[in-house]
Parts: sequence; C-alpha cells; structure tokens
Amino acid sequence: MNAVLDVASWVLLTLGGISVLIGGIGALRLPDLFTRMHAASITDSIGAILVLTGIMLQAGLSLATIKLAAILLFLLLTSPTASNALAAAAMLAGNKPGIDTTGGKDDAQ
Amino acid sequence: MTVVFGIFLLTLLLITAVAIVRTKNLFVAVMLMGIASLLIAANFFLLDAADVALTEAAVGAGISTVLFLGTLALTTERERAPTSRKILSFAVVSAAALVVIYATFDKPRFGSPDAPTQTHVAPWYLDKTREFIDIPNVVTAVLGSFRGYDTLGEVFVVFAAGIGVLFLLAGAPGGGKRPAPPGSDVGLSRHLIPRVVGRLLIPFILLFGLYVQFHGEYGPGGGFQAGAIVAAAIVLYALLEGEEKALQVIPRRVLLGLSAGGAILYGGVGVAGMLLGGNFLDYSVLADDPVKGQQTGILLIEAGVGLTVTGVLLSIFHAFAARGRQA
Amino acid sequence: MYYVVTLATLVTMALALARAVMGPTVYDRVLAVNMFGTKTVLLVSVIAFLFGRPDFIDLALAYALINFIGVFAVLEFFRTRAVRREADEGAGRR
Repeated sequence: MNAVLDVASWVLLTLGGISVLIGGIGALRLPDLFTRMHAASITDSIGAILVLTGIMLQAGLSLATIKLAAILLFLLLTSPTASNALAAAAMLAGNKPGIDTTGGKDDAQ
Repeated sequence: MTVVFGIFLLTLLLITAVAIVRTKNLFVAVMLMGIASLLIAANFFLLDAADVALTEAAVGAGISTVLFLGTLALTTERERAPTSRKILSFAVVSAAALVVIYATFDKPRFGSPDAPTQTHVAPWYLDKTREFIDIPNVVTAVLGSFRGYDTLGEVFVVFAAGIGVLFLLAGAPGGGKRPAPPGSDVGLSRHLIPRVVGRLLIPFILLFGLYVQFHGEYGPGGGFQAGAIVAAAIVLYALLEGEEKALQVIPRRVLLGLSAGGAILYGGVGVAGMLLGGNFLDYSVLADDPVKGQQTGILLIEAGVGLTVTGVLLSIFHAFAARGRQA
Repeated sequence: MYYVVTLATLVTMALALARAVMGPTVYDRVLAVNMFGTKTVLLVSVIAFLFGRPDFIDLALAYALINFIGVFAVLEFFRTRAVRREADEGAGRR
C-alpha cells in the first residue's frame, strides 16, 4: 500500500513539475500577451493540482493534508480570477487579443 | 541543498533589484517590487524563519502593492530624467558597498555553531522558554515576553508612522467629499467574476487572520502578520465595492481608535504588571501561576499589536484613496 | 522526488522573472508577478515537506489567500484611470 502511494505521488509530483515548467516556457516564448496568459494560467491550475495532490499523498491523513487541500481550493479560486482581472485590465487599456506582428507595444500606453 | 536554493533565489533577487533600479516606469517598478517581496519571503522560509516569512508575505502580497498603486494614482508613472550627479552618487554607493563587503569577511560562516548568535542569548531563550512561558513557538516567546520592550517600541513606531502619513495626506475633514459617480460604477462592481470570488474569499481571509493571530504561540504567526492579513481582507472589500462602502463598515474614527487602542492595550498590560507588583511588561504577576500569567500577557499584547497594525494600515489606505478622489 | 518539483519551480521562477524584466507591456509584468506568486505557493509547500517542517505551510496558505489582491488593485488602477481619462475628454482640456 505504501509503495503504491509512493509511486502515485512520485508520478503526480513529476507531472506537476513538468507542467509547471511548460507553463514557464510558454509564458516566456509565446508571441503575445493573451497567449502567454493562457499558458501561465492553465499550467498554474494543473500544476497546483498535481503537485499539491502529490504532497497530500505523502502527508497522509493529518492537519497538513487539510491545509494543503485548503491551499489547493483557494488557489483554484484565486488564480483564474486573477487571470480574469488581468485580462480585463489589459482590455480596458485597449489591448485586444490577436497576434501582434510588430513585436508588441512598449510600456508607453 | 538549502545553500544552493538560497543562492539561486538570491541571484534572482539581485536581478530583480537591478531591474527595479534601471526601469524608468514606476508601475513596472511596483510589479518588480512584488516579485522581490516573494523572493525575500521564499528565502526567509528556506532559512527556517517562518515567522518573518509570514510577515513579509502578509505585507508584501496584499498591502504594499495596493499602497504603491495608490501612490502612483496620485503622481505620474514616469520617473523624471535623472539629475546630473550620476558619477558622484555611483561613487558613494560603490564605496558603501565595498565597506559592507569588507565587513562580511569578519562574519561567521553560514550556519556555524560558533556564531555569536548561537552562543550568546539564543541557547538561554531556547532553554528557558519551556520553563518560564511553556509555549512551543520560541519566536513568539522572545518577541512577546523576553524582548517585550522592543516589540512595544515597534508598535509605537508603527503607530507614529500611521499618524505621520495621516498628517501628510489627510486633508481638511469633509473637504474631499465629491459626489459618487452615477450608477453603481464604483470599485470593481462591474467586473462580475472578481467580485463574486472576492466576496466569497473575504470571510476566509478574515478567518485565516484570526487563526494567525491566536495560533502565534504554537506556529508561525502573531499580531503583526494577522493585522496585515485582516487589513488585506478589508482592502479587498474596498477594491470590490468601492472605498466608501468600506468606510461605512469601519469608519475612520474606529480605525484611529483601533490604532491608538492597540498601543494603549500593549502599554496597559505593562502598567497592569507594575500595579500588581511586578516590573513593567513582566507578565508573571498577571495570574496566580507565573506561566499562566506569561501566556495571558503574550495573548493580550499580541492582540494589541494586531489592532494597531490593522488600524494603521487601513488608515493609510483610506488616506491615499481619499487623496485620489480629490485629485 | 521533491527535488524534481523544487528544481522545476525554481527554473520556472527564473523564466517568469525573465518575462517580468523583458515586458514588453506592463500586463506581461503583472502576469509574471501572478505566476511568481503561484510558484512561490508550490515552492513553499514542497520545501516544507522536503525539510520535514509541514507546520510551516501556513505561509503557502497566506499566499494562496491574499496574493491575488494585487492583481485586483492593478485592475482598479487602470479602471479609475480610464474613467478619469473619459471624464477629462468629456469636459474638454482642463
């Protein structure tokens, strides 16, 4: 039973690490703001689910697991909401989705 | 391994710091400051300083970005062209940096057991906390009881800083009353998703604030952290529903009362100790059993710290927001 | 096995920092800060277990609960600026 849990949490943690890394590469390499946001927010959620579930399997039934579950729940609520608020802020300032071939506007609005 | 992680995070911190100095756009600087705060907190955490890390997290994540942006709303985003004294200031900074680097040669190695911090009073604190106060978190014991004077000073510094900001920013009372914009278009009330999720989370943030406040004797936490977290919850409410609604919930007078009341509570505990025949801030006399007395005293002063921090942070936030409406 | 996640998170933090420093728009930087926050939550949770201090994950809980407030403040900042700009244009040049 313990070995099964260990293997499961190992798989989850590794997958979580990979998806976190993919998100980082996506946020760095994709061409414009909204595609980067897409990469960052999706992998934020899936990475958090995988990594935190992986740790929960290691922690067993304890206070730490309850805290981890709370962290996961709050992350799944706040992280997409923050992405939504950010997209709304970008739209307010006139950034529209779409590949920008000129290399993107600079910080000057 | 800790050292490798720590050096990696410190390198990132250095890059962030250079980027903050180099950018001319103050909004960008604020965002990079957010990253710097996260890096510092992660570093404190790596060094096992969970209490300090939690303080950095509570202040850096919620409050400081909001206050910086409130400041930016009052000024411009662009840094003005630098004055011509570049070489002189660079020379001064490099000289200071060289002195600091020279001073580090005398410091003990990282984690060395012979370091003065490990051989001087720290063992005594670790040893005697169990006997005198009997709470698991030694940091809280040191902060609240052994070094209660220092913490009292910190609380009064926070209070004085808040009063100073209010003197600078708060205009004539009632002078800034501008009729609210028509409709319900205040705060983020038009943005449905942030509003719903934010309102859902406010009670949990407040609950977590209370947990941090009263769990400080057992784990990382205490008044400073809890005060900042509770203030973050109210600031979130102000962002969602407009600042006036938040002022209706907790008016300015109450905030001032909280700021002063917390400091008075802290000082009052000290005076109560004197009246009961002990020294100032000696909690042992507060109950029949000295250990119980110590625990009661720490609980009371932590409550005072929390009240003051909440009151001061929210007063500052409202002062900035009121100025923004006047402009 | 915790090391894999720790290293991945640290590298991702570096990538997010690169995005924050490069920009080009301010929103890219906000995005990077937000990413950085989530990565810090994961890093803290993993390291708490790596070092066997599971009672220290309160820090991760704090970040999970209040780190998004900064992004809301950014949205509110741009909203008030847009409203003010509209009002200024409506009233003509001051």
